[in-house]
Amino acid sequence: MDRKIRVLVAKPGLDGHDRGAKVIARALRDAGMEVVYTGLRQTPEQIVQAAIQEDADVIALSILSGAHNHLFPRVMELLSEKGVNDVLVIGGGVIPEDDIPFLKKAGIAEIFGPGTPTKATIDFIRANLKR
Amino acid sequence: MTDVPEAARRIRSGDPRALARAISRIDDGDPAVIEVLKALHADTGRAHVVGVTGPPGSGKSTLVDKFVREYRERGLTVGVLAVDPSSPFTGGAILGDRIRMQSHALDEGVYIRSLATRGHLGGLSGAVMEAARVLDAAGFDRVLIETVGVGQSEVDIVRLADTVVLVSVPGLGDDIQVLKAGIMEIGDVFVVNKADRDGADRVVREIRSMLETALVNGASPRALSGTGAADRGGHHIAFAAREAVSSHGYGDAHGLPPVLKTTAETGEGVGPVVDSVEAHRAALAETGLLRERRLRNVGYELRGALGNRLLARLGTPDAVSRLDRLAEDVVEKRRDVYEAVDVLFEELC
Repeated sequence: MDRKIRVLVAKPGLDGHDRGAKVIARALRDAGMEVVYTGLRQTPEQIVQAAIQEDADVIALSILSGAHNHLFPRVMELLSEKGVNDVLVIGGGVIPEDDIPFLKKAGIAEIFGPGTPTKATIDFIRANLKR
Repeated sequence: MTDVPEAARRIRSGDPRALARAISRIDDGDPAVIEVLKALHADTGRAHVVGVTGPPGSGKSTLVDKFVREYRERGLTVGVLAVDPSSPFTGGAILGDRIRMQSHALDEGVYIRSLATRGHLGGLSGAVMEAARVLDAAGFDRVLIETVGVGQSEVDIVRLADTVVLVSVPGLGDDIQVLKAGIMEIGDVFVVNKADRDGADRVVREIRSMLETALVNGASPRALSGTGAADRGGHHIAFAAREAVSSHGYGDAHGLPPVLKTTAETGEGVGPVVDSVEAHRAALAETGLLRERRLRNVGYELRGALGNRLLARLGTPDAVSRLDRLAEDVVEKRRDVYEAVDVLFEELC
């Protein structure tokens, strides 16, 4: 058996570019993970459906627009509505320190801001997989 | 998924989480899934499996997205398996086909799954055949399989699909490219995508000319027998020749497979491609060739499975040291390669 870690990298909201998401996707790929990338401007509903269909172990949300306090908890809400509780959800992008406790309370396992070494994200995923 | 009847029931009912988990277990080589696949066997064989193949960047994902839309408008449900390459160095992969297909994410009549090749050559993933069966058992009317971007010889899709859509684009090379053996032989429906670009009509002419020549050369008793020629090379030609005397709308008046232009980005020309796939499907059923193709493909699958099982036996420590000793015998000229294989074969079987 060769269990591979599958990560859905998703960009909720109306961001205009996805350079950061692509950098993290590439880093996870180079760490031996299978990364499904869904592209820009996804709704939380689309992200959750994609994660279910792809049987993702991890959802990595990236956002720049400032709508994280609305969109991240919405993803968590939809996951729990669907009875999905074994997916690790992490976030990144431009997120003020002050918002982090709220997001963690909503169920986002960790937030990785600008300048986080990609290794930190990779190690976090490996250590915190839920299945 | 230890509860086999429950897992099979959820898959049959089309539960996306059950499908997704089963496909992961197939992909990871988890032996626990085999009992589930056995339980589903009787529910397979209903979906029409369509392969979509062509070079990198030819627009396969965008075309598949538009095929899904077209099928949904016709009231049919669709499962999609999209394959992208794994890194030969890290084993990681970026699976990006889904980007073009996300408009269907909320449609319950559509299931889309990305798969990495995981070292498998030939344009597909080792899991794709069994994954297609799972989608078949789940009741999807059509299963679309998008291969990795292929070069000249990744033709595994022909051993899996009922209908192969071969996508070309203008600007890839001269007319010798379409004469070469391999990929150009496997199409049942030929699509020239990005038809808004210069040179599309030339590619259409070159493919038609290639098909006409093949029809002339292939119109031998062997090609018409449907056995020998039913193998890879010339299979569509054998088919086309039969089709010339049939009447269901596949191919042209001379029995040649269709060559159609599309602009996937705008959806232009996609309807006629789906019409052709459906006509091919009807023709396969009507002529008995569907059964013939599936017999041939299951034959390939059985050979592959047997080979895998033999190789698995070689994976035990005892077998490895035996193999190493035989290798030494060959290098030291105590045995030749053929004799060494005879010895191994005797011991493994």
